[in-house]
Amino acid sequence: MNTDAVFHFLGVCVVVSPALLLALFGVTSLMNRPIGERLMAQATQTMVMIGLFASIAVLGLMLSLDIRYVPIELGNWVVIPEQHFHFHLKFIFDRLSIPFCILSFVLCGTIGAFASRYLHREPGYNRFFVCYAIFLLGMIVSSLAGTIETLFFGWELVGLSSALLVAFFHERLNPVRNGMRVWSIYRIADAAFLIAALMLHHLTGAGDFDGLMGTGSWPDGHATISEQHALFVGLLLLIAAAGKSALVPFSGWLPRAMEGPTPSSAVFYGSLSVHLGAYLLLRVSPILELSLTLRLAVISLGLISAIFGTLIGRVQTDIKSALAFASLTQVGIIVVEIGCGLRYIALIHIIGHACLRTLQLLRAPSLLQDYHTLENAIGSHLSQKRPLWVRFMPKRYRIMLYRFELERGYLDILINLLIVRPFMSLFRLCDRLERRWTNFLSGGESRESDLIKPHAETLEEYL
Amino acid sequence: MIPELHLPWMELSILITLLGALWVRTIHDRDKAYRSCLLICGLVFLTSICEWIDFESLHAFEARDHFNIFKLLFNKNIFIVDELSAPLLPLAALLYLLTVLSTLKTKGHRFSFSSTLLSESILLATLSSRELWVIISLLSVATILPYLEIRANKRSTRVYVLHMGLFITLLVVGGVLSSFGEAGDLISLIAGAFLTTAALLRSGIIPLHCWMTDLFEKATFGTALLFVAPMTGAYAVVRLVFPIAPDWALQGIALVSLTTAVYAACMTLVQREARRFFCYLFLSHSSLVLVGLEMATPLGLTGGLCVWISVGISLAGFALTFRSIEARIGRISLVEYHGLYDHTPTLAALFLVTGLASIGFPGTVGFIGTELLIEGAIEVYPLVGTAVVIAAALNSIAILQAYFRVFTGARHTSSISLRARPSEHVAILILVALILGGGLYPQPGVTSRNHAAIELIHLRETIFRKSEIDSKISEIDLPESTQPLIGLRQDLR
Repeated sequence: MNTDAVFHFLGVCVVVSPALLLALFGVTSLMNRPIGERLMAQATQTMVMIGLFASIAVLGLMLSLDIRYVPIELGNWVVIPEQHFHFHLKFIFDRLSIPFCILSFVLCGTIGAFASRYLHREPGYNRFFVCYAIFLLGMIVSSLAGTIETLFFGWELVGLSSALLVAFFHERLNPVRNGMRVWSIYRIADAAFLIAALMLHHLTGAGDFDGLMGTGSWPDGHATISEQHALFVGLLLLIAAAGKSALVPFSGWLPRAMEGPTPSSAVFYGSLSVHLGAYLLLRVSPILELSLTLRLAVISLGLISAIFGTLIGRVQTDIKSALAFASLTQVGIIVVEIGCGLRYIALIHIIGHACLRTLQLLRAPSLLQDYHTLENAIGSHLSQKRPLWVRFMPKRYRIMLYRFELERGYLDILINLLIVRPFMSLFRLCDRLERRWTNFLSGGESRESDLIKPHAETLEEYL
Repeated sequence: MIPELHLPWMELSILITLLGALWVRTIHDRDKAYRSCLLICGLVFLTSICEWIDFESLHAFEARDHFNIFKLLFNKNIFIVDELSAPLLPLAALLYLLTVLSTLKTKGHRFSFSSTLLSESILLATLSSRELWVIISLLSVATILPYLEIRANKRSTRVYVLHMGLFITLLVVGGVLSSFGEAGDLISLIAGAFLTTAALLRSGIIPLHCWMTDLFEKATFGTALLFVAPMTGAYAVVRLVFPIAPDWALQGIALVSLTTAVYAACMTLVQREARRFFCYLFLSHSSLVLVGLEMATPLGLTGGLCVWISVGISLAGFALTFRSIEARIGRISLVEYHGLYDHTPTLAALFLVTGLASIGFPGTVGFIGTELLIEGAIEVYPLVGTAVVIAAALNSIAILQAYFRVFTGARHTSSISLRARPSEHVAILILVALILGGGLYPQPGVTSRNHAAIELIHLRETIFRKSEIDSKISEIDLPESTQPLIGLRQDLR
């Protein structure tokens, strides 16, 4: 067996293990034959372990053979030769994808083990693990994607699972509304990503990152498109990254995402999916290099997000929201690092921050308990030092700032006011006009169904 | 010489449904009528599958029935299957089979099985034909059955009658004019405009879409679904308009379709009732199909044809899930949260899968089609591609919103079980299997649609080239007789 075959086998194992996990959970759920909790936990553990060890083995082999770039070709998923259209299934193991892939397996494995106990006998146990499998597959595909279309594939899977997990406690209204908010913002980000991907495809004639980023493996690639094109495509990718990583002005979804169960908050929104936008920027960093304006935009957005995160995080009254904004601060700094061209530092920052944040979020509920025990023991609240700048700031401005922070920068309100409400008003008006038109044509009321209330079921109906 | 299928599959399918409709009409027992209808639909589905396999084995662009009765009677091939229609016939038959299969027995008195079979025979005949007047006649006749149902429900038929009356008039006038025109001349252009307007009206293009929402309001969900889901309007566009319309006209149609797609996607977000919501969702998707069809580039057309199939499968599954839920709680308001997940987790999962497939979610049958469509659109106009992406994004937001409204957000209390019945489960699972199967292994479908697209483009180019040559000849010699457009099309075959 030669080295290439070993790499191919291990690479396939990395990708196939989460896919098999999803197939097992998905098919049994669709057939209405969900498997038991123990089996689910064991299957998760096994598949994560296979994927993790295979990716570590790939890393070990690469280090021992001094290879920095291993492409795993799975052929064309779809090809139309006459029109030069191909959807190429290619995964790459390089200095960016391997750390991210191993990080995903480690954190997802930890959370899988944690969740199997945390959600024990919870009615949504099966549902959680189905979403978990979708997320894991999405993360692995996104991390290892060798083409921009494959990255989009994984990106979408991550988006769906995230939205569904935010709405996990779905008999309550708030989680559902928050899940919807997350999904809406993700879809805007996805739309920007898709347009950027197609533009890149159009400009370079290929979706492969090799073709897009020129010669040289990450981080030494050099993109070959013009500065204007780089700016246009880069801005679209920045919108996509901002949506996925909850950067300003899309940051409203991050604290909302904490409505989901603690394990999913910890791994998905606290550590992995929140870094996916930064990962995208790292992957396309050769494009950022082409345009100074684009780099400045990236740095500005990162800086604003970091400052915003640290300000808002200070006034949060629940620990998960406070941690969410703390994450945003770090992600903002990571984006600044990417904009400044400090790619390795950004990558190390992502790994360190993801691990720390996962542990913090998992520890959060018990930490609060310990905190209260401590306060009970000393018989008073723990002292809190006010920061220096607060002592010098006039009271009026402190109140204004506090309001601003408490309302999370009025961002959600602004989005609602400037985008959602005018949009809904316009189309509600269209709906009313259509109603009038059909009423006129019908010579009477044409929409009785609006008045019909859902009827209570009667047993006879179903016998 | 057109190759022959080994058996007269198309005529057999149509005959079975016609005779079946007559037989079921005589049955008064509701359960027996349901079983008989199911049996006939199953048989027709089998024959249509056989026709598809038989056609594929011939490796030809088109084929006709063996022992062709119409050929003997009129010396004309009325029913011809080609690469475009070959998969549409089993798709239509499957749609009918699954609709009947998922019909609860309690709905039997409202949903007429014999009318359903009759409409299936009309649809199969439409999809099996390329003759201008046969298509026009069948499209016109197909409008009668929903009208009868709305009237039987004692609801106002005026919106439907006005639109369908206009549709038939435009079709007939366009058909008549095209008989006198030559390809490329003014008369044929006017004929094309009439036929285009008719086909767009039937597809529910804005501002002529209100009949569709009215139909969903006043007819049964099953009937409305079966009238719109096979997308005969798109079929009319491909058969009647695409070969004769100049490029600028096609681009105009694409622009109107694109506007409809975005408008309908926006409207889905403000709907208060599930049927209207589905109607706009369908409208948006079927308009996207038209956008692809009118691109007139191999990639765009392939994308359009792929989306046609994927939307047919996924939105049919989506609608059947809606219908199953409606059968339990009545008309579904989207203003309230119903919290049905705990009662019907399987239906919830199927709802999500079918809904996501319709927007081209990765791993489902719509993914590659949507990618092709967007790529084809960007090739022609980057802004068009962007608008398609926006429409898809809005639709996806609307779908998840509907999911949350129907299945989550509250605790639904019920004294009886609302779980999916085995027949409903089977119906939707078949569609899900097709959605995921087609999504994970899309190559055969894409190849077949690409062949069809290339052949359609060749046919169109041939007509235009011939018309150019004719016009050059006419500059030298005055023509002794005009060549009617229909005749020209026949020659080209």
